[in-house]
Amino acid sequence: MRVLIIEDDPEAVEYMVKGLKESGHVADHAIDGEDGFQMAQGEGYDVLVVDRMLPGLDGLSLVGRLRAEGNQTPVLFLSALGTVDDRVKGLRAGGDDYLVKPYAFSELLARIEALVRRQRPAEAQTRLRVGDLEMDLLARRVVRGGTRIELQPREFRLLEYLMKHAGQVVTRTMLLENVWEYHFDPQTNVIDVHISRLRAKIDKGFARPLLNTVRGAGYCIRETE
Amino acid sequence: MKPSRLLRTSTFRLALGYLVLFGLSVAALLGFIYWNTTGFIAQQTDETIAAEITGLAEQYRRTGLAGLRRIVRERSRDQRQSLYLFTDPDRRSIAGNLDSWPEVPAGPGGWLDFAYERPVGARVETHHARARHLLLRGGFELLVGRDVEERHALEQRIRDSLIWVVALTIGLGLVGGVVMSRSWLGRIDGINRTSRDIMAGDLGRRVPVSGSDDELDRLAQNLNAMLDEIERLMAGMRQVTDNIAHDLRSPLNRLRSRLEVTLLEPPSIESYRAALERTIEDAEDLLHTFTALLGIAYAESGAKPEDMADLDLGALARDVAELYEPVAEDKGLSLTLACGDGLTVKGNRHLLSQALANLVDNAIKYTPGSGAVVVTARDANGTVEVAVADTGPGIPEGERERVLDRFVRLESSRRSPGSGLGLSLVAAVARLHGADLALEDNRPGLRAVIRFPARPAD
Repeated sequence: MRVLIIEDDPEAVEYMVKGLKESGHVADHAIDGEDGFQMAQGEGYDVLVVDRMLPGLDGLSLVGRLRAEGNQTPVLFLSALGTVDDRVKGLRAGGDDYLVKPYAFSELLARIEALVRRQRPAEAQTRLRVGDLEMDLLARRVVRGGTRIELQPREFRLLEYLMKHAGQVVTRTMLLENVWEYHFDPQTNVIDVHISRLRAKIDKGFARPLLNTVRGAGYCIRETE
Repeated sequence: MKPSRLLRTSTFRLALGYLVLFGLSVAALLGFIYWNTTGFIAQQTDETIAAEITGLAEQYRRTGLAGLRRIVRERSRDQRQSLYLFTDPDRRSIAGNLDSWPEVPAGPGGWLDFAYERPVGARVETHHARARHLLLRGGFELLVGRDVEERHALEQRIRDSLIWVVALTIGLGLVGGVVMSRSWLGRIDGINRTSRDIMAGDLGRRVPVSGSDDELDRLAQNLNAMLDEIERLMAGMRQVTDNIAHDLRSPLNRLRSRLEVTLLEPPSIESYRAALERTIEDAEDLLHTFTALLGIAYAESGAKPEDMADLDLGALARDVAELYEPVAEDKGLSLTLACGDGLTVKGNRHLLSQALANLVDNAIKYTPGSGAVVVTARDANGTVEVAVADTGPGIPEGERERVLDRFVRLESSRRSPGSGLGLSLVAAVARLHGADLALEDNRPGLRAVIRFPARPAD
């Protein structure tokens, strides 16, 4: 996919471009708001990564102008301002996700991929399927290989989020934000414990595990060969 | 103190304003009295003259020329203020105590105001007089009047005292204004001096309080309270800076040393990779500490009242307990929840969740296996409170205040992971909500309670 990075710190841009290329993506960059705006208007990008504080045109205004022109390219804001208010401001300005600096590259990559996937035409899904694991969103039922699996409400939401992002890496922070709606990091890694519980319910007794740990990044649910 | 400064003080201007207003009222009042009194006296004079002249005319009509002459002569012997002149048609005096007809034209109604010579002892004085004249049959004329010199003297005296009173009022007012402004200016100068000293860096100075409990005293007390708060915040800030320096410098130093040592070792991919992984872990820890510090700073100063909303405390506690329940179970602890319904508090959901998560996290971390952690949210006699109780080692009574400070970790827990910032954040969040954080003995273990202030009845 094609990523446009609008960020004024050349070193940070260099790392990002390099990391994205390593991960098989195409990345362009602009180092000030006006240039970034011109390039973003050209469309053709799958996702924009925009720093909030930019010379020329600040990130919030830039995205506001793009949205006013009807440009719907998904936007991930990067910012050193990390309070809940700042986050809300970013999302109100038209951002789709908000990542606070400093961030792990794996976190950035996972979020970019999640944004692009979300953009694909999503037919009104009532059923999710990964391998022989099936989730019925209306009946709130989960079945694997014909066996009904009983899940707690929160476990259901956790699995639903993972299955909606099947094949992608989902980080612990993404889970905490989207499943629990918490924007702080708990000192103990509580997410790992919840994942291992879920894993015990959906993978135990099956030959091929679906819920995988991606070292140093997060989790991924996918059908393994 | 320069006089020009004195004149510019607001007290003096106020005093001056009142003075002008008061001076005008006094002048108006006295002027009214003067005008009324003199008018009354003049009217009485005129009425007396008119009555007398009517009487004399009646006399003339009954007794004729001779009778009138006799009466005028009789009355003229009276050396007081009555003046008479009875003349023939050529205005030659027939009787009376005025020597000659005054050389002024008669006004309306036959009234005349004139000056005449009057012998007083050996001297002759010029006196003012007022008289009315009456034309009698046959061209004879009668003039009846009063010497008004005394009346004029009285009027003059009233006018003088009026001027004196107004002048005295203005003089006293000015002196009073100066004295008052001088005392206020002195005290305000005291406040200014203190402010200058404080701006110059002497934060220990305080504004003098006179003890009279007036407006200036209350201002001074408020300023002093403000200064106390600023001094407390500055001390806190200095403390934080020192702590950050200590708690961020040591790991940064460790990180840097490791990288330097790795570079000195013979190059090998394995050792480089291991060093990089450790470095990322260290950076991660540093970030956690940093984020926690920012969180505390936000709770202490950045959070705005408009972020506060009505929250269901029971639901909030349930969510946090649910997040940690598997962690407790993994450690062999029982985590139970006792939450009432309809416990509404005004608060910031994110900060309160984080504070509660920190308490539960601590409880799980410090309670040994097969212990119990209990989360309660309830209304205790009108006070809404949320508590996390454990059966761990607890905190000795003497240490309970201290553990709320930043970076404080008890000796017994030095080895377990943690930044020493968890309880500081809880304390800061409690303060933000006007709530009270208490660490109590759970016999055995620790019971941390956040008690919310009573809500104003709405």
